Amino acid sequence: MYHYDEYDHALVQDRVAQFRRQVERRLAGELTEDQFRPLRLMNGLYLQLHAYMLRIAIPYGTLDARQMRKLAYIARRYDKGYGHFTTRHNMQFNWPKLEETPDILAELASVEMHAIQTSGNCIRNVTSDQYAGAAEGEIEDPRIWCEIIRQWSTLHPEFSFLPRKFKIAVTGSEADRAAVKVHDIGLIMRRDGAGQAGFEVIVGGGLGRTPFIGKTIRPFLPKEDLLSYLEAILRVYNQLGRRDNKFKARIKVTVHETGAEEFTRLVEAEWLQIKDSALKLPKQEVDRIARHFEPPAFRVLSKTAPATEARIARDRDFAAWVRHNVAAHKVSGYAIANISLKPIGKPPGDATAEQMDVVADLADAFSFGEIRVTHAQNLVLPHVERDRLPELYDRLAAAGLAASNIGLISDIIACPGLDYCSLANARSIPIAERITERFADRDRLELIGEMQIKSSGCINACGHHHVGHIGILGVDRKGEEHYQVQIGGSASEDAALGRILGRGFSADEVVDVVEKIVDTYLAHRNAGETFIETYRRIGQDPFKERVYGAA
Amino acid sequence: MALLESRTDGPALVEDRFVRLADDAALPAEGAVLVSLVRFEKERAALLARKAPLGVWLASNQTPAAISNELDRLALVALDFPVFSDGRAFSSARLLRERYGYKGELRAIGDVLCEQLPFMLRSGFDTFEMKSPKALEEFRAVVGEVRVVYQPTGDGRATAIDRRLGRR
Ligand code: SF4
Repeated sequence: MYHYDEYDHALVQDRVAQFRRQVERRLAGELTEDQFRPLRLMNGLYLQLHAYMLRIAIPYGTLDARQMRKLAYIARRYDKGYGHFTTRHNMQFNWPKLEETPDILAELASVEMHAIQTSGNCIRNVTSDQYAGAAEGEIEDPRIWCEIIRQWSTLHPEFSFLPRKFKIAVTGSEADRAAVKVHDIGLIMRRDGAGQAGFEVIVGGGLGRTPFIGKTIRPFLPKEDLLSYLEAILRVYNQLGRRDNKFKARIKVTVHETGAEEFTRLVEAEWLQIKDSALKLPKQEVDRIARHFEPPAFRVLSKTAPATEARIARDRDFAAWVRHNVAAHKVSGYAIANISLKPIGKPPGDATAEQMDVVADLADAFSFGEIRVTHAQNLVLPHVERDRLPELYDRLAAAGLAASNIGLISDIIACPGLDYCSLANARSIPIAERITERFADRDRLELIGEMQIKSSGCINACGHHHVGHIGILGVDRKGEEHYQVQIGGSASEDAALGRILGRGFSADEVVDVVEKIVDTYLAHRNAGETFIETYRRIGQDPFKERVYGAA
Repeated sequence: MALLESRTDGPALVEDRFVRLADDAALPAEGAVLVSLVRFEKERAALLARKAPLGVWLASNQTPAAISNELDRLALVALDFPVFSDGRAFSSARLLRERYGYKGELRAIGDVLCEQLPFMLRSGFDTFEMKSPKALEEFRAVVGEVRVVYQPTGDGRATAIDRRLGRR
């Protein structure tokens, strides 16, 4: 993974010193809260319902054991002993004290981490595929390009006061695990006719109040032109994006209102002017960054994993864990192990300091010290020897980290909702907890198979409810928490937005409704069909009938 | 209101030699004036016929392309920040400097937040209308606080990549 050089270090340290002075001025009363607000937001410090919240960037979801231990230390020393992994490769601490936040940032800087641009109308933390560098069939490790984007977007002089926040996602594989089509810019690595690697550029996807699937504005962009092309898109958006209405300020609305064709024309015209400028990436620099992402020293292993096979044969729980949480690795004899942060009845994405330490130790022991965080709020050990899976499983189980539900109905994505977030209409976490309890039975879980429930506490859609197979949205009805349910969304290569089922439900009803939707699927499905396949075949009506009764 | 100029030897408070004319104010016989784009377009000939320096200010929704052919005749271009969070003028500034080759004074006016000064300098601004009575101190405090830049812009500062490759 990438390691800072002297320049990267200097920038982050200067930034900590700057923030320390700003906090001192605030504490001394030299800055009012109004004046302090834009400054703290530039460093990811929000004022939430009950306290400050600090959002830390985990660039493109890659962490090493040392960084994870630092997060554990911060959770223990400065917070209440836990942290929350979000849907965007961030970690949030919900209870830091204002006067201690500069110390937290200094701790982070010591392990090459920061909170820069985790809020505000700027280019946010770039996200990627959690299996990068481990997945089969990857054109290149997308994190090389993520790191290049991270540096280019950090304190960008022109794009720090955009119409609205701006999110970029990159994937190096055909299989889309980074939801690139619902980002402001999505980049998919492709090869052109001559076999050269480059990017398909997708613009204007997004969730929130007006969800859109992004449009491809360039099927192939040579790699060395990445930054000039991004700069062209951002420049067009910075000038054209609406500033009169914050709900229409995202680039998806700009693309929609301008028309994808005209928008593309503007970007291409701007790009022609800057294509051969200093933004063109020097090969030496790309190579330098790429060297940081060279594969670890994999051992030559046999294809067979006798210990793992034997355990699968005799231990049903372990077999389920392997079936759901373990994915194929590109190197023979290795596997990708997912660690679910969705145990039954617990808030999705939360991890205690002890669990973070355990994961760090396991990363050292099993995965070359590497850890990934996923947009589904889980963790990944990307490079595990397949025959050591039983050992890993036992150690995870001892730490309460062996929930075997990746991709299943209890692997719910949920935003912090009304428990923490000042914008929320309704709670999101307790609904998720109750759904995991309702579907706790392992046989039933298996029977239902692949299913994504995504839940947001308000229309801002931090829980990605539009692209959940079942999406749950908290709304306010006469001051009461209420939930709208939609079905049929997907965040993968076949990205689609869900459709609202009908009138909303109370918190008491919503879990029953989920169950009815699931039962309808089970009643209608053909052999081997997933929920989303059945839905696409039979449409919404059977679900509606079951939920609301015959019309 | 103070006018701050960034010079090679540091920031200085300077006197504003331009009078900002409202669109309906009479054109004085002498003295440097700063007019809106609308007025400039309407009274172009009369304004250019004067012997005194001329400046044009652009609202944040007006693109510098509108004056790109007139830049030789302008002594000042001012770009307005109606609120600090409206960052369109950052793009306008870069276009003026880097695309249209504007060499004259480029001024930030309106709601200029002191923390934005480093970004403004990098984008090509060289003078700043500041509300704070402590503008000079503030400028000194924030500019240069972060020693590294990643993006190549018209200010010519060596980027991290330049330094890594030993280019500068
Ligand atoms: S979706 Fe709404 S409630 Fe949930 S975290 Fe985002 S803003 Fe807060």
